[in-house]
Amino acid sequence: MSHLIPPAIAPFVVPVICGIVLVAVFPLLAGYIVLLERKLMADMQARLGPMRVGPHGLLQPIADAFKLLIKEDIIPQGADKFMFYVAPLISVTMALVAFSAMPFGPVFQIADLNVGLLFIVAVGSLGIYGIVLGGWSSNSHYSLIGALRSAAQLVSYETAAGLALVSALLLAGSLSMKDIVQAQADQGVWFIFVVPIGFFIYFVSSIAETNRAPFDLPEAESELVAGYMTEYSGFRWALYFLAEYANMVIVAGIATTLFLGGWLRPFPGNHQHLIGTPFELLDALPSLLFLGVALYCLSLVPRQPVQVQKLFMAGVAGACVLLAAVMALTLFPPFDAAREGVHGAFWFMAKVGGYVYTFLWVRFTFPRYRFDQLMRLGWRFLIPLALVNVLVVSASIVVQQNWEWKHPVVSTVVTTAIMLAVAFWLAEEGAKPEPAPQPADGE
Amino acid sequence: MTDALTNGGSPIETTVLGADEIILNMGPQHPSTHGVLRVKLKLDGERVLSTECIIGYLHRGVEKIAEHRSYQQFAPYVDRMDYVAAVSNGLGYCETVEKLLGAEAPPRARVVRTILTELQRIASHLLWLGTHALDIGALTPVFYCFREREEILKIFEKYCGARLTTHAFRIGGLQYETYDEFETDVKRFCDDFSGKVDEYETLLTENRIWVGRTKGVGILSTADAIALGVTGPMLRASGLKWDLRKAQPYAAYDQYEFDIPTGKNGDTYDRYLVRMEEMRQSRRICLQAIENIPSGPIMAKVGKVLKPPPGEVYHSIEAPKGELGYYAVSDGTTQPYRVRVRPPSFINLQALDKMARGALVADLVAIIGTTDIVLGEVDR
Repeated sequence: MSHLIPPAIAPFVVPVICGIVLVAVFPLLAGYIVLLERKLMADMQARLGPMRVGPHGLLQPIADAFKLLIKEDIIPQGADKFMFYVAPLISVTMALVAFSAMPFGPVFQIADLNVGLLFIVAVGSLGIYGIVLGGWSSNSHYSLIGALRSAAQLVSYETAAGLALVSALLLAGSLSMKDIVQAQADQGVWFIFVVPIGFFIYFVSSIAETNRAPFDLPEAESELVAGYMTEYSGFRWALYFLAEYANMVIVAGIATTLFLGGWLRPFPGNHQHLIGTPFELLDALPSLLFLGVALYCLSLVPRQPVQVQKLFMAGVAGACVLLAAVMALTLFPPFDAAREGVHGAFWFMAKVGGYVYTFLWVRFTFPRYRFDQLMRLGWRFLIPLALVNVLVVSASIVVQQNWEWKHPVVSTVVTTAIMLAVAFWLAEEGAKPEPAPQPADGE
Repeated sequence: MTDALTNGGSPIETTVLGADEIILNMGPQHPSTHGVLRVKLKLDGERVLSTECIIGYLHRGVEKIAEHRSYQQFAPYVDRMDYVAAVSNGLGYCETVEKLLGAEAPPRARVVRTILTELQRIASHLLWLGTHALDIGALTPVFYCFREREEILKIFEKYCGARLTTHAFRIGGLQYETYDEFETDVKRFCDDFSGKVDEYETLLTENRIWVGRTKGVGILSTADAIALGVTGPMLRASGLKWDLRKAQPYAAYDQYEFDIPTGKNGDTYDRYLVRMEEMRQSRRICLQAIENIPSGPIMAKVGKVLKPPPGEVYHSIEAPKGELGYYAVSDGTTQPYRVRVRPPSFINLQALDKMARGALVADLVAIIGTTDIVLGEVDR
């Protein structure tokens, strides 16, 4: 087939296809992350969540998207119209552009930049312009306060997140996302097990960066109604929402790539075979998982109240069987080339899913920080901790390289112990009472 | 504003950017003003310089209505004031008119009243806890609280057919006998509830973020609380052991043992602890009361047409939110000459400005939540 494509555009074919797939599929995916969030929240709060649109609410995201599309697009009086129009676009564009360097597996990546990580982090932070400009142009105090909070929060936590990433970068020795994963494959260990504290810092900072609870101050609904998007309605509001969820997937993707081994399969050394087949158990796991989901969906079919819902549920089961079949097919020798891509994408998405799940879980459990507490946590705890972490990790690398001291487990344990001690010391320091805030003058 | 700096002896004029105060209108439509409270905030950045409560969006002229209804006809209206604690409102009103009549409810009625009122206190505190936690950003406790509140509302429904605005009591006693499994239902609820309170506490009490958000926020000293007329859990959290159930026992409270929890610092965290403990104490009262409900009539002989002798009466009870008082004047006719209500929410709300000055906007939300106001009662 390759002879059909003129050589001049040949290098662009795969990236363009990947790009189109991403832009077309991601909004749908974001919709389903929202559904997942609502379902999980319902589960933790002793209720059912969306159940009306489609069986078990499976069509809810589509109904929501449709509703938002046909809603009136209100522009508040005195708003800066141009900025008001453009701001959500900035947010969503930047979020989607950041995906271009994200490796969803060894094959599915639009561009493998040699500064991939820098690019993703840089473009991801540009999205804040959308929030600040949107908040400012709305001509509303709630929006303005939300936007200012967002800007301050992002600046503080980017620092901590960046420093946490450096600790993993030191180990990988490259900024290219592909090489970082490759480094973890070569060293035979995911970096989370080498720098757990770095991962922890990144996890906390990434929640703050994406404005999720308990750091969701820019949109704190009980204080600022909806923060920077108070005045937005209809599809512009949906764009902000899309950007937020895209950012969530991006930070999860970065964490997966840097700390959780990217698209690598867990336990690469385990070659136990699935009983009675020539396939490795862990390679067959995705297929079995999808088959299990399919069976569960089938068991739900008779319980659906309406014929249409029965058919739909059966369709979902069928789709799962199809996925399982694709996963299984690539295990056979003729499809060796596709195996890495398909299975890599599966493991990558599974890890991203796990990371996002933890995000949601945290959201349902914790109350919200106050702004000054948030800042104190960032500047007085996370940033110093991240700085020390970089120092300690670099020191351990230097020791290992210069003195040929080859005890990776010992060095991990020692660095982590040091970091834990520092963390507890910082937490103690932080717990000391603050000088009372200047009381406001009477009238 | 200009500021003179010196640079090598010669002064340079620099302009300091003006930072204006901004006025922020919170409410009447706002997620955390608990109804239609409108607070006009003067802010310096995020710091609250002053607050001004603007009320009256839910004014229905309840006190005026009383002047044109007979004593019995007005009884359902009081349920609509603090609509999350309707049973307590009804108790206060019925006892006031009974005092005016010189009648007294029979012992059985008084014990049943006590049980229902204490259940209502738990329900009201549960609603407060859920919404307060929601204001501070904890999304989940509200559903757990509503789950338990639902059980209480089911007991009310079984008893009198209504869940929220119950009109459970009548002047002179009770309209209905208790239903057959009343004691079992209350007992089952009380047995389950003890573990449920512990569950809420594991979610919140030791939580670093929760403590950080509530400790030292909205401090109200004992002296200020007394001066402002604050009552109920807010007063007790400020350190004063004052509870009308002990100070001037009404209904059947003199028969039961219970403690009055108090706080030390008068901050939001103490108010939280006090209310949590009050729920446990209410459970204790309920358990004691169902052990021995006296038999006998449930209605005193007050007659079909109530014509209290001319005179006036002030009677107050310890409602979930504080001292709920009724001042009723009779001119000897079937309709009250005047009924004046002392609503705890309205008076506790006066302390908002005192507590909120110098706090951040986020604190203000916590402070409104901890005041536990119901706008139906504030505006009447």
